[in-house]
Amino acid sequence: MAKLILLLLNWIFLCCNVAAVFEDQVGKFDWRQQYVGKVRFSHFDSHMQSSKKVLLASESNVFAALNTRTGELFWRHVDKTGPEGNIDALLQHGQDAVLVIGNGHLLRSWDIGVGGMNWEMVLDPGSFRSACLVGHQGAVKHLAVLKKTVISLHYLSNGHQKWVENLPESETVDFQAVYSGGNGEVYALGVVPNSHLAIVVYSLEDGEITKQVSVEAPWLSSIPASCSVISRGLLTCVDSTTMSLYTLDLHLQLEMTQIPLQTLGLDVDPGFRPSLVSHQPNPAHPPLSEFLLQLGPEHHLLLQHNDGQIVTLRDYKPALLASFATAGEKTVVAVMAPKNKTACSINLFSAETGRRLLETTLIFTVDPNGGKPEKLHVQAFLKKDDSVGYRVMVQTEDHTLTFIQQPGRVMWTREEALSDVVTMEMVDLPLTGAQAELEGEFGKKADGLMSMVMKRLSSQLIMLQAWIAHLWKLFYDARKPRSQVKNDVSIENLSRDEFNLQKMMVLVTASGKLFGIDSKTGDILWKHYLENIPLNAAFKLMVQRTTAHFPHPPQCTLLIKDKDTGLATLHVFNPIFGRRSQVTPPALPQPILQSLLLPLMDQDYAKVLLLVDDQYKVSAFPSTKNVLQQLQETASSIFFYLADSGQGRLSGYRLRTDLSTEQVWEVVIPTETQKIVSIKGKRSNEHVHSQGRVMGDRSVLYKYLNPNLLAVVTESTDLHQERSFIGILLIDGVTGRIIHEAVQRKARGPVHVVHSENWVVYEYWSTKSRRNEFSVIELYEGMDLYNSTVFSSLDRPHAPQVLQQSYIFPSSISTMEATLTEKGITSRHLLVGLPSGGILSLPKMFLDPRRPEVISEQSREENLIPYAPELIIRTEWFINYNQTVSRVRGIYTAPSGLESTCLVVAYGLDIYHTRVYPSKQFDVLKDDYDYMLISSVLFALFFATMISKRLAEVKLLNRAWR
Amino acid sequence: MARDLSFRVAVLFSFLFFGFINFVCCNNERRVGDALETDFSGLSVPLEHSFELDDTAKFVVRGTLLLKTGREPSVALSQNPLSEEDRVKLKEVAEVDGLYRIRVPRVSLQADRQTEWQVDGYLTAFVRACAMVESHLSDVITLHTDVSGYLIGVSIVTIPGACRGTKVEDEVDLEVFNTTLSIMAPVNAPGPETSLFLERMEQETEKKGKNPQEQKSFFAKYWMYIVPLVLFLMMSGAQDQSGGGASGRAAAA
Repeated sequence: MAKLILLLLNWIFLCCNVAAVFEDQVGKFDWRQQYVGKVRFSHFDSHMQSSKKVLLASESNVFAALNTRTGELFWRHVDKTGPEGNIDALLQHGQDAVLVIGNGHLLRSWDIGVGGMNWEMVLDPGSFRSACLVGHQGAVKHLAVLKKTVISLHYLSNGHQKWVENLPESETVDFQAVYSGGNGEVYALGVVPNSHLAIVVYSLEDGEITKQVSVEAPWLSSIPASCSVISRGLLTCVDSTTMSLYTLDLHLQLEMTQIPLQTLGLDVDPGFRPSLVSHQPNPAHPPLSEFLLQLGPEHHLLLQHNDGQIVTLRDYKPALLASFATAGEKTVVAVMAPKNKTACSINLFSAETGRRLLETTLIFTVDPNGGKPEKLHVQAFLKKDDSVGYRVMVQTEDHTLTFIQQPGRVMWTREEALSDVVTMEMVDLPLTGAQAELEGEFGKKADGLMSMVMKRLSSQLIMLQAWIAHLWKLFYDARKPRSQVKNDVSIENLSRDEFNLQKMMVLVTASGKLFGIDSKTGDILWKHYLENIPLNAAFKLMVQRTTAHFPHPPQCTLLIKDKDTGLATLHVFNPIFGRRSQVTPPALPQPILQSLLLPLMDQDYAKVLLLVDDQYKVSAFPSTKNVLQQLQETASSIFFYLADSGQGRLSGYRLRTDLSTEQVWEVVIPTETQKIVSIKGKRSNEHVHSQGRVMGDRSVLYKYLNPNLLAVVTESTDLHQERSFIGILLIDGVTGRIIHEAVQRKARGPVHVVHSENWVVYEYWSTKSRRNEFSVIELYEGMDLYNSTVFSSLDRPHAPQVLQQSYIFPSSISTMEATLTEKGITSRHLLVGLPSGGILSLPKMFLDPRRPEVISEQSREENLIPYAPELIIRTEWFINYNQTVSRVRGIYTAPSGLESTCLVVAYGLDIYHTRVYPSKQFDVLKDDYDYMLISSVLFALFFATMISKRLAEVKLLNRAWR
Repeated sequence: MARDLSFRVAVLFSFLFFGFINFVCCNNERRVGDALETDFSGLSVPLEHSFELDDTAKFVVRGTLLLKTGREPSVALSQNPLSEEDRVKLKEVAEVDGLYRIRVPRVSLQADRQTEWQVDGYLTAFVRACAMVESHLSDVITLHTDVSGYLIGVSIVTIPGACRGTKVEDEVDLEVFNTTLSIMAPVNAPGPETSLFLERMEQETEKKGKNPQEQKSFFAKYWMYIVPLVLFLMMSGAQDQSGGGASGRAAAA
């Protein structure tokens, strides 16, 4: 019997938690955007005239092909993160693209048509230097890979090694480049810095060294940075100290020829390191004898080597970028020159003569909120009349790719900065004009009864007008076919919807570009690139004023902190429009230790941001008189903590009325045994609806809801699998009191923690059992509350009861977050990002330390699931069905206006947005709700009563007559 | 485990002080303190406190903590009563809502390090001075250690913890500390409980094996419902078929 009930219970739970997506709901509430990352290499597929592919290899170890017409992905391959999957080189020949991966560890060939892998070879160990395609007698069949000590030649068709040879004198000579001019020889070029150049020539057939020379070059330190091979094996270098070009014929000469730049009438910009670019359209033929020389940030030159002479074909000044491109037999140079502040013009020049080609001007509009152009990728093609046409893909500093067609039509843009989102917030959209008008009435000072009435009437009139306009639009649209109804979302007509389901996503990316994205469609509504962001910057985004305080605009503040120096800057902006705010942020000359957003507001409803500098002095932003006065009044109740993981020190401070601070508590965790890896507080916008849990016997177990509680996770420094451990400390952030201290033995990080309500969930790797485990800690006050009205950390003398339980989880996880709803009535789920790209919505009910091991009448009454050590991943719990989110790094949850609905954004390489309903949609009618039936039944009943009433009357009358 | 032990030790070296408080308290009588010193061969570190009108920290010795080191650490406290001057000051500090702070040095309770402890910092904690006064110096001090027995934190709370603004007239109430002292080591977090679960599963399967009555298959249990249903379906299906056949023939004709 008990078994049957257990089964029944299980079945009920299963039924409760099924939250799958129907086929027709796919893409209705969710969207996904896939990115590539900052582009490192790109190749236009030119082996076919009609091809519309561009291959991209990115710094995020992604290799992808884009459709040049639309900018969408044809296919994408995501490799391991870190140096293991780093793409060292991309070589393309015909239908094949060869990648060198992981510092020369792997060689992979892809078919660019379908994105399938042709072959993969593991190379001998050794750090990678260079690679090139090797052609012979007009055909390209090999590629050469140069490593620190060896050079190897591989067949392009199957990757097999043709030969591998050790490099001579590789201990002293640093080989840096490999070159082949299609004459059956492979050149390995090495350098002994500031001494000489070493050239080793290998025979293509058997790898025999045919020639080995060393050439004096005391000025040379790096070959790729300053040298290039042009023409028929002419090594050309540029040096900024001697202000000279050096040439060396690899076949004949034993000494470099110095050509001072002055003899060519050229001058290097002071402080600029000149560079050389050559072009080899076909690996089976030698490179062109023309090359590009950059002498300054805005100065490029097209030079030609002609009979031992270097001649200037064309001087481009000013020119931001210049790049070669080949179409058929013709090679052109595309040069981008600044036109005015907002635009650049791109022109084509013939590489042979340096003459400008007619009607090839293309205008590139520089986004004032974007970065400067950084790279120019040119796709040249032959038109029907045999003239050269082209399209360009401009890569800017903010990792944006813009694809432009003549005469300046932007075909698509891709914001690759979004592949590296660091932090985000969701901001409510503003009310419509009419609603705001009505709201504004309450905000203003009252000025007489009459005017108030007039104001109210006028605003009601405006609302009526808007409503009629809305109805008219509905009527008008209804006549048009559905596909034609445009749902334009632009920044002007953004307004909050009925249930506040549509919000503005404000994303901060590692490159320093900020984005505002409409959460409903995923359209980028605004973007803003912040220049001069340090490479190792830490970002913290805070919403100081929401949209609720019309007519004050909403305000977000981004704290950008250099991790090394600790120096910080503030960027204050309007999250709806992305514009920099009028408010001038304070200059922060001191390194910042901590920032905290107080619930206090100034007279303009902006929350007060406190910044603590390294002198433990506090500055407030905004720092008006009103704010300072409020701070003085409440100073004694403002506590904050600082954590120094280097010293294992956690210390608590209290604000003084003069905005200095005093240390009030200190906890020191010795760094010899363990180090602090993460500290998690609770989210400030979290609501807990129920103060306790009703037990089976109808008594109440009260939750310990301390808003100041911090979960501190430590990892042991000893990583031996028997002695390693993870420590969990629950500390009150105000008093520094250690509420609970637990140690998970034989466990190791990375630890993922979620801290909410009265529970902490963490996930770790168990070294003993070699599996991932989840553990949950719940805190309860007990059967009676100490003080039910208000919680004060200073007055809670009794330690809470602590319950803990652990479970086995069958997968490792990438990130974890809890759902969040408006009032906290809806049950909670944990959203777990898995490395497989799935996002799992795991009911918190399964992570409950009160799950009984032996079922009793009471636990059944309480709906507790009997304890099972394993948490099973059910496929219907994946909220992103087949929309894999690659490398998910973070999940952001935000409440919506509907209590049942929580908005979820998962970001990593991709961005995915959806809605989840942890307790199903209890407050929403279904899509297929039968309004017709209900209303017809109602009407029928209404008429039936009317008729029967009439009949009854007639009957009564008749009876009276009788 | 560690908590139980320290509790027991506290019981051992203490006696009830105020009748109305049901807590086990560690008292500050000199005589008891002397006895402790002779009993313990552990470490003695100062417990210092500070309460100033301007909230600057000026720590003075409040008592001595006797830490018994080793695998099962325990702690005892001997402390002096508050002087007349201090009592007045404490009340004054309480009136301006100042803080009452305590601190202990960072030491290790490990056996091999007990001989010399150098001060490499202190652990501090605080309560509001008014809470200290209104609770008549009834405080609960807890020392927390990490896995290796190093002191990592100290916490102090008073019972009752609230400041209600009640005046403490009797100076005698503020003379002697009524301290409950304990030392807490981290508890071992439980791992997944597989053995018990497996045991339970086994028991269930055994039960099933023993009781073949319940092992009847679905069909065996409900044959009396299924058979009529199937029969009914078959009958109706046969009728349909014959009807269809008939109409087909009719069409052919």
